[in-house]
Amino acid sequence: MKQLKLDDLNKIVDQELEFGQAYNYRINVCCSTSCVSLGSLKVLKAFEDAIKEFGVENECKVARTGCIGACSVGPTVLIEPGDYAYSNVTPEKVRQIVRDHIVLDLPIRDMLYESGTFFQKQHRLVLRNAGKIDPGRIQDYICVGGYGALCKVLTNMAPQGVINEVLASGLRGRGGAGFPTGQKWRLVARAVNTPKYIVANLDEGDPGVYANRSLAEADPHAIIEGMLIAAYAVGAEKGYIYIRSEYPLAVQTLQKALAQAKAMSLLGSNVFETPFKFDIELRLGAGAFVAGEETAILASVEGKRAMPRPRPPYPANMGLWGKPTLIQNVETLANIPLIVQNGSAWFAKTGMTKCSGTKCFSLTGKIANPGIIEVPMGMSLREVVFDIGGGVPGGKQFKAVLIGGPSGGCLPEQLLETAIDYDSLLKVGAIMGSGGIVVLDEDDCMVDTARYFTEFCVDESCGRCTPCRAGLPRMLEVFNRITHGQGELTDIGTLEKASVFIRDVSLCGLGQTAPNPVITTLRYFKNEYISHITEHKCEAGKCYTSRYNKEEPA
Amino acid sequence: MLHVTLQQGGASINPNNVRLRINGSEVAVPEGTTILKAAALNGVEIPTLCEIEGLTPYGGCRLCIVEVSGTSKLFPACTTPAAQGMEVTTQSPKLYEYRKMVLQTLLAERTHICAVCVANEHCELQANANNHGVDHVMYERNWSCESIDSSHEFLVIDRNRCILCTRCIRVCDQIEGAHTLDLKFRSKSTNVIMDQDQNWGQAMSCTSCRKCAKVCPVGAIYIENENIEFTKDRDIAAFLSKRRRRSR
Ligand SMILES: Cc1cc2nc3c(=O)[nH]c(=O)nc-3n(C[C@H](O)[C@H](O)[C@H](O)COP(=O)(O)O)c2cc1C
Ligand code: SF4
Ligand code: SF4
Ligand code: FES
Repeated sequence: MKQLKLDDLNKIVDQELEFGQAYNYRINVCCSTSCVSLGSLKVLKAFEDAIKEFGVENECKVARTGCIGACSVGPTVLIEPGDYAYSNVTPEKVRQIVRDHIVLDLPIRDMLYESGTFFQKQHRLVLRNAGKIDPGRIQDYICVGGYGALCKVLTNMAPQGVINEVLASGLRGRGGAGFPTGQKWRLVARAVNTPKYIVANLDEGDPGVYANRSLAEADPHAIIEGMLIAAYAVGAEKGYIYIRSEYPLAVQTLQKALAQAKAMSLLGSNVFETPFKFDIELRLGAGAFVAGEETAILASVEGKRAMPRPRPPYPANMGLWGKPTLIQNVETLANIPLIVQNGSAWFAKTGMTKCSGTKCFSLTGKIANPGIIEVPMGMSLREVVFDIGGGVPGGKQFKAVLIGGPSGGCLPEQLLETAIDYDSLLKVGAIMGSGGIVVLDEDDCMVDTARYFTEFCVDESCGRCTPCRAGLPRMLEVFNRITHGQGELTDIGTLEKASVFIRDVSLCGLGQTAPNPVITTLRYFKNEYISHITEHKCEAGKCYTSRYNKEEPA
Repeated sequence: MLHVTLQQGGASINPNNVRLRINGSEVAVPEGTTILKAAALNGVEIPTLCEIEGLTPYGGCRLCIVEVSGTSKLFPACTTPAAQGMEVTTQSPKLYEYRKMVLQTLLAERTHICAVCVANEHCELQANANNHGVDHVMYERNWSCESIDSSHEFLVIDRNRCILCTRCIRVCDQIEGAHTLDLKFRSKSTNVIMDQDQNWGQAMSCTSCRKCAKVCPVGAIYIENENIEFTKDRDIAAFLSKRRRRSR
């Protein structure tokens, strides 16, 4: 097969640009999971028909793209130039959009997404191409500079140079723990054993979180390019993308992307006519939350039960089949091409000094503009909830924000100034997690919320270690008593004691972080526990707290 | 299951030795030795439940947790290799309290009634609870209704007494080579099963070697009509693996 050269990349870019210049407009129809479920494939078809009907096929191109983030108002359509975002587009509205916007050049203001500062306050690095390129065409990715970073490292940089660049960028892992990425690469690069492996973590088991899925559906090649660069830097030969099988569209998108990259010899041997070789395989997970934990993911890739094991030995030295393995979240990997292309100094300008870059979140719960967002590190929670999220809808009172998924912390109003970065969040009892922010309002009960997430972790415990397997269910029983009006004040002490024990003694991150919602609600909302226990009262009306009166809540 | 190569402890003047402190005294052990072994070689006992010599360590029960200076994290002594310059504390009020809670949590998890158990007075859970002054359980107990299987000719498993230490699974796989036993499900529903979750009597791969009953720390696997005192043999795995290594 013919090897690709830099010239060829440039040729593809030129071709694409020439091709694109023929069009005045580009209509990007979001075809990621949530918009498809709202009927965006019909919208896509309607656009194709409508431009023929109006005879403007030569003036505008209809593209099937990934998500721009405004998932609650889908199907969304982004028309370039000008980035006009139409929301709630139905096939019936399509004719009007084509007639007014394309034929008459009059964007329809009434149909545009009323988002306030939803987009303005975001800073899109990882999601730079989301909603703008067709994830099914590698040419689209190359046209926006894709695989240029790979070519640069292979032809111009030594592996150590790449690692230094990543170290200098200050990039930290986006999968939750925030370990400095460059340091991890250095550890794997220095490990003596061969072959070395890379595992890209796209397990994303947190309930209600889908930022990684959105990334894979919108820009799969950014993940693949990041993996290739990492492979070159650490000397790995083989990579696995571990993705849950509940993400069929993302699986399909990645499969297609891998096939296209292989066809262009971007994967395989002699990439860009250099001795570098690397191959990527997809591995489908069965959907256990714990499978995202780094030692569990290794077991699962090897075909075993997804059960974490104690560390040390660390995967950097003893990972897949006992060989050095780099495990990295897909969002972390998607940052890599940017760092290589623009330099670490450029990257470090975004975010904070000790915590650079951006973070993607799925913003959900009682919020006006839910969806996928990307914000610079260090932005305050208040800005995320109120400026980007548009605050709590329906005139309700904000109560708390849960950040970090099922094992995150519930933070009250007075902590909304907390900056979003690993250390500040840890200080107040929350974690970054893999990107879930849930907003709660006056109708949510904090005791019930803590109970709900404890229940989730009870179900997801792998069963290996005593505190998590046998301790969490006991906490859940205490919660069930309290929310059924059978709590006693001593239960608060039991919860406090048990949660600290489970946090400190559990084997893996699941057990170690599972008590976070309990610890934070006990710290910031203790009065709710007390009123449940002593007055049999649930302010939010969620719990059946009284044995004597009240009907069962709906 | 965890696969870590562990070297035998012993020699002290060896370039591959690592030096560390255990409860203040300096000790030297070959590289790769676990903290548990390093402590044992130097006369320091750390309580254990899932660990058993001769099998790969599991790190599940968490009874053997120790403190390592420089980090607030606790490490299981049975899986953590001793490292150069490490300062290990094996006993402290905090560790004592947490070990007590591990034992209470295990006692509350399933149905442990010592008076009617075949392993009464020959049970490692009971002995550890006694040693740690566990005189009550802080949670409401969960009286489990797991299944009991006595379909085998003489081996019985009462899952209500199982603490999921996986010793039986490991000895069956690593010493007997049968791999009849394994785990199914996760969280509260985790259980030891035979073959494809069959009754033990129908599990074709079982060689009836009895090793599972010998290593079970509690009264979960036992031999019908045999005094458990004779059944139990904590050293069997170590003995067999040492003999095999020598004969190789
Ligand atoms: C219970 C549990 C679930 C996890 N799930 C994920 C996940 O879905 N995706 C992910 O990238 N990391 C997950 N992690 C974090 C990984 O263990 C690991 O730290 C991460 O993939 C490393 O990549 P990074 O350095 O790029 O963040 C999880 C950790 C735990 C303890
Ligand atoms: S903390 Fe929970 S998930 Fe992690 S090893 Fe222990 S039982 Fe398994
Ligand atoms: S049956 Fe016994 S040896 Fe097997 S896991 Fe249960 S307690 Fe451990
Ligand atoms: S003996 Fe070490 S964890 Fe069980």
